[in-house]
Amino acid sequence: MTATVENLVNQPYKYGFVTDIEVETIPRGLSEDVVRLISAKKNEPQFMLDFRLKAYHQWLKMSEPNWPHVHYPPIDYQDITYYSAPKAPEEKKQSLDEVDPVLLETFDKLGIPLSEQKRLSNVAVDAVFDSVSVATTFREDLAKEGVIFCSISEALHDYPELVEKYLGSVVPINDNFFSALNSAVFSDGSFVFIPKGVKCPMELSTYFRINTEGAGQFERTLIIAEEGSQVSYLEGCTAPMFDTNQLHAAVVELVALDDADIKYSTVQNWFAGDENGKGGIYNFVTKRGLCAGKNSKISWTQVETGSAITWKYPSCVLVGDNSVGEFYSVALTNNLQQADTGTKMVHVGKNTRSTIISKGISAGRSQNSYRGLVRMGPKADGSRNYSQCDSMLIGSDAEANTFPYIQVQNNSTKVEHEASTSKIGEDQLFYFAQRGISTEDAVSMMISGFCKDVFNQLPMEFAVEADRLLSLKLEGSVG
Amino acid sequence: MIIENSDVILSVRNLTADVDETPILKGLNLEIKAGEIHAIMGPNGSGKSTFSKVLAGHPAYTVTGGEVIYKGQNLLELEPEERSRSGVFLAFQYPLEIPGVSNLDFLRVSYNSKRQHEGLEELDAFDFDDLVRERLDVVKMDPAFLDRSVNEGFSGGEKKRNEILQMALLEPTLAILDETDSGLDIDALKIVANGVNQLAEPDNATLMITHYQRLLDYIVPDFVHVMAEGKILTTGGKELAQELEAKGYDWVKAEDAAEVAV
Repeated sequence: MTATVENLVNQPYKYGFVTDIEVETIPRGLSEDVVRLISAKKNEPQFMLDFRLKAYHQWLKMSEPNWPHVHYPPIDYQDITYYSAPKAPEEKKQSLDEVDPVLLETFDKLGIPLSEQKRLSNVAVDAVFDSVSVATTFREDLAKEGVIFCSISEALHDYPELVEKYLGSVVPINDNFFSALNSAVFSDGSFVFIPKGVKCPMELSTYFRINTEGAGQFERTLIIAEEGSQVSYLEGCTAPMFDTNQLHAAVVELVALDDADIKYSTVQNWFAGDENGKGGIYNFVTKRGLCAGKNSKISWTQVETGSAITWKYPSCVLVGDNSVGEFYSVALTNNLQQADTGTKMVHVGKNTRSTIISKGISAGRSQNSYRGLVRMGPKADGSRNYSQCDSMLIGSDAEANTFPYIQVQNNSTKVEHEASTSKIGEDQLFYFAQRGISTEDAVSMMISGFCKDVFNQLPMEFAVEADRLLSLKLEGSVG
Repeated sequence: MIIENSDVILSVRNLTADVDETPILKGLNLEIKAGEIHAIMGPNGSGKSTFSKVLAGHPAYTVTGGEVIYKGQNLLELEPEERSRSGVFLAFQYPLEIPGVSNLDFLRVSYNSKRQHEGLEELDAFDFDDLVRERLDVVKMDPAFLDRSVNEGFSGGEKKRNEILQMALLEPTLAILDETDSGLDIDALKIVANGVNQLAEPDNATLMITHYQRLLDYIVPDFVHVMAEGKILTTGGKELAQELEAKGYDWVKAEDAAEVAV
């Protein structure tokens, strides 16, 4: 039985292939010249270059955070390539026909068909390959509703005033070491704008693919939902298997005005390194949503299964009265993966509400920590938070931690925190086996049950995928 | 019921088994034929429960010698799930709680794994729902239990009824009931016993493992075996259980010692 469980978890990573395509990269290393070069390559407006330079100089004065419960050798920031893009389409694709077929094929292989015949009918996709967005589907259909969905590079040319107004408004440049780095060198990402009163007619999604060895990926996503609008957005991520670690330091900013509703879902499956911990992505990401308007709502759902190290706290700042923040998370670690992830719910306005449901699953010799902050500000009259943090251990060498921080400055607020730890043990598996159910099915049923509250929050197309992904990731890990 | 010349379902010869390198079973012999109900009684630590887990294939126990032939095949070669699918059922003394997995899903996957093994088509959710509702009657269980997580928050009696419900669905050839009476009040005991009796057929067999005679008032055995120190010391009819109840286990042990002395 033990052998089966181990095979079960150690399923080969099926997205580990490298696309053979000519890329344009700049020499490794970071300097003011590199920042200027990136900006020049993208032919950016002056304000953007100023923003980047300011960020670069701030970054030079900052140091990496050392409080996360993760361990890794020092990163040499001069040994990273800060810009890498597939050659050829100088002027990016006006239509999909102009996209390099090799790239279309790559995304096909990843299960993200972009061509008109094969693509999902109700999901618009922005496909990002290394540093640039290579295609965005359904743009015209969305434009009819006034919805803007394009790469952030395009937005800088076509809607510079919107970008200038909101970029850095939720995650300030100097928020942390990695946000400053991202602000200096970010290459691409998605831009979404939903105008007043519009309910976005389809799911929007971005698929990130790191391809080039030694390249960092620094994407920047900005989503703005005007008064009374609604949008559901999903991102997915994969990378080839390399022996070396790759850095992914993204920044995501969400802004919800009065009565707006943003749902942001992530299925993260970056390469996690091999069973000895060699290689894999360092996923150091800053994600934050601002509920600026009254009755607005931001909901984060994440399924984190990949990356050698994850450092990520999708957060909500609840400024508008009666605004709502939600965080639903499944974080799975196996082998030598390390995750320090959670959320921050900052209650500023009156009667604001937040819900945190976190499910951590640790297998192998991995470390999985939940870290969450709930802050009730002095003016947050009548605000409430409910947090539930459950950990599941598989095997006897995995580690699970919970670090909750609760700060209350207003007596009329209510904060609840519940936590539990469970274990998939030999006796439970024997019980399933005695009823004719294989170890694989038993583990997958228990994991699905454990994660149900979170999977229910995912868009339907992706809930099944997430369930399957977890089972694959855990193949062979129990026993 | 004892049937002349019926098929042998289980034949155990000189079985020895260890847990953590400590010998628990020390040469156990037993034969069970179709239609029969057997009871193994014995004091705590005699190896009764170990025997039931060894038959079901629990990974913590290592068989060190002897053989177990089930319906003509070597049972010890089969994985636990294969034993289950070929008709060996163990009703657990302490049924496990499985949070997050609904009882209905658990029962359906279990039932279909057996169907698949038998080369039959799996039942879809609707057909299975009909079937399970009909079988609930066997143990007079409230359908609300189907939507709850497996055994989670069930009382002791509810857990045992749930075990018998699983048995009613899987219709095993060999049902092993490990201390099924423990923790049951008299009403629950009657319901559980009634369920087991309904399921007994001429082509299957039941092996009860119990510490007390009480259960045997409701499920009447054809054979009673007394076990101590890892083997069966003596075998008799149902009256042996009553004798044991009156005289205690020391009586059998003393007899055994006397026999060895002679």
